[in-house]
Amino acid sequence: MAATTQTVERTSESPHLRVGERLRVLVAHREILANLVRKELKVKYVASVLGAVWSLLNPLVYLAVFTFVTRVLGNGLPDYPVYLLSGLLAWNLFNASTIGGSRSVIDNANLVKKVAFPREILPLAAIGVALVDYGLQLLVLLVFIVATVGLHVPDLVLLPLAFVALLVFTVALTLWVAAVNVRYRDVGHLLNIGMLVWFWVTPIVYASGLVQQHLGDRTILKVLYFCNPLTAVVEGMHRALYVVETPAGGTSATWVMPLGSLALILLAVLVASMIFLRFTWGSFFARSGDFAEEL
Amino acid sequence: MSSTAAPAIEVHEVSKRFHVFKERPSTIKQRLLTSRARAVDFWALRDIDLEIGEGTTFGLIGHNGSGKTTLLKCIAGILRPTSGTIRQRGRLAALLELGAGFHQELTGRENVYLNAAFLGLSRRQTEGVFDEIVAFAGLEDFIDNEVKFYSSGMLVRLGFAVAVHVDPDVLLIDEVLAVGDEAFQAKCLDRIRTFQHEGRTIVLVTHALDTVIDICDRAAMLHHGELHAIGMPDDVVREMRYVLLGVTDPNFVPEEGTREAEIAEVQIVPPDGSPQGRILRGDTFTIAVDVRQNEPVDDLDVDFAVLDGATNYPVLDARTSRAGLDLGRFDKKRVRFRIEGFPYDPGKYWVTVGLSSRETGHLYHVQTQRYLFEVTDAPRIQDRVDVSVGVEVDDL
Repeated sequence: MAATTQTVERTSESPHLRVGERLRVLVAHREILANLVRKELKVKYVASVLGAVWSLLNPLVYLAVFTFVTRVLGNGLPDYPVYLLSGLLAWNLFNASTIGGSRSVIDNANLVKKVAFPREILPLAAIGVALVDYGLQLLVLLVFIVATVGLHVPDLVLLPLAFVALLVFTVALTLWVAAVNVRYRDVGHLLNIGMLVWFWVTPIVYASGLVQQHLGDRTILKVLYFCNPLTAVVEGMHRALYVVETPAGGTSATWVMPLGSLALILLAVLVASMIFLRFTWGSFFARSGDFAEEL
Repeated sequence: MSSTAAPAIEVHEVSKRFHVFKERPSTIKQRLLTSRARAVDFWALRDIDLEIGEGTTFGLIGHNGSGKTTLLKCIAGILRPTSGTIRQRGRLAALLELGAGFHQELTGRENVYLNAAFLGLSRRQTEGVFDEIVAFAGLEDFIDNEVKFYSSGMLVRLGFAVAVHVDPDVLLIDEVLAVGDEAFQAKCLDRIRTFQHEGRTIVLVTHALDTVIDICDRAAMLHHGELHAIGMPDDVVREMRYVLLGVTDPNFVPEEGTREAEIAEVQIVPPDGSPQGRILRGDTFTIAVDVRQNEPVDDLDVDFAVLDGATNYPVLDARTSRAGLDLGRFDKKRVRFRIEGFPYDPGKYWVTVGLSSRETGHLYHVQTQRYLFEVTDAPRIQDRVDVSVGVEVDDL
């Protein structure tokens, strides 16, 4: 017992984040994270007969409704359900994580006040729950794509890249809103409104190709458009999952650019998100020592 | 005991300040409109210095709001000290609440795993002691039911059962273990003794002063956030009792007299005769005073007084002379005062015992408010009992 006892020192200094060390602490406490995610999923679906099937039903209904609507109303975008869902699922992951994460510390006030554990686990658990839903729904979408139009292999490489970029950015933003929300409770309301605007700024329901056409050669606006990390991520998802030959002379649904350029943009988003994460994590970590007092 | 080993916990000049907001700005709007001046500083801890040796059991006492729990939370890392440092060695588990993280919609089994994770047990460790936990709680038949169907007693038992199966080097225990009935508390004390034998360091925050004397190696008393006394449990508890009295008289002497006759022992004997027995309101109980004469005394008068623990107001007294007793000369005698039905409210009561001269009033030996007993209310009836109900029907 005594051989490997480590000494912890607690001071008045607000702690400084050392990423490697903190990661080891988080890994050591992974059981709490796993248990919390399990709990959330259980609570979410426990009283329902179909359980997690609800999570699968959501994209299925989308696919059915939009397939029907586009057949009846004629062509907006070809294969619109696939276009919509490939972006929407990514958005849902982002939205559910940040909204859930923003409440995570407050909702678990009793735990925070009575139990010592790495506070990051609370927002991470909210993200974990959203990830499980995302995984299930993506599976449904992939099956649908394979069954109807088929996958486009070279472009598919963007999927993991876009996913990782999205995940890092989501974690970064979620940590930040979770910490700030403890002090100022109206951040939650602000976030809800912000997400609504953000949703429509991002090309999820509408074709990004149209935006490109509208902006013409105003490069600054185009760059600005891609400054929204979600635009890059959703474009990556579209490119990876939604494959439609653009008719000659027609407007492309997706933004027209070489695959490599999009990959580079996603890489830039990933790097920027990591820097952002380092910042928000540090801020969360520094604030987390006072959570028990603030709640 | 552990003079060679480094202390498990070192608390060095730790202070903790809370901002108490009269109207706490909890939104951005309020923050913009409110100046920080509304916050009032409250020092929950001031310059606390403590060392707790490895493998020892340390009692932390003090009245409500004295800073005990704040100190415990600082040691646990839940709160950050405003100044000072705390150094702590080894794996730590803090039992500040039973059943932390319990969720109504989960089964007993799932809650055990969740709660155990918060207390630092891995899944495999939990699996290893799972059957023990369930048996300890006595919930074998219900463990796969959702805990929303549990009674509050079952929940407490389950939370407790998980808590006592933790495996830390340093264990911090807040008042939490003072729940449940007497049999349950006895089980808990047993468990703490086992922890002691296993060489774990225990810090115990409690109001049960007798528990501190029974099981702690050392104790400290906090008073308004300051370390008021530290040392052997006996001494610290006595100090605590004096402070509880609200003694402000600097001339207060707990014990005085010329000792021709001496109070050898005083026992407050509850109705069932056992030292741990309870005294309920209305009970008949005995205060037994053992007296020794060091020199021959002819006119010895033995008296006692009971004072309300909250107000210090004398509520009851008696003396042998008033009862018409002449004790005469003796070597050692036991005087038993039997109180026939204690009529006062539940609460704590002090006992002052005195030996004096019947003729001159000269004090041989007086122990002022040295002894304490507690009167509890008759327990409420919780089980269903047969109550006969008369039924009448009247024509109107």
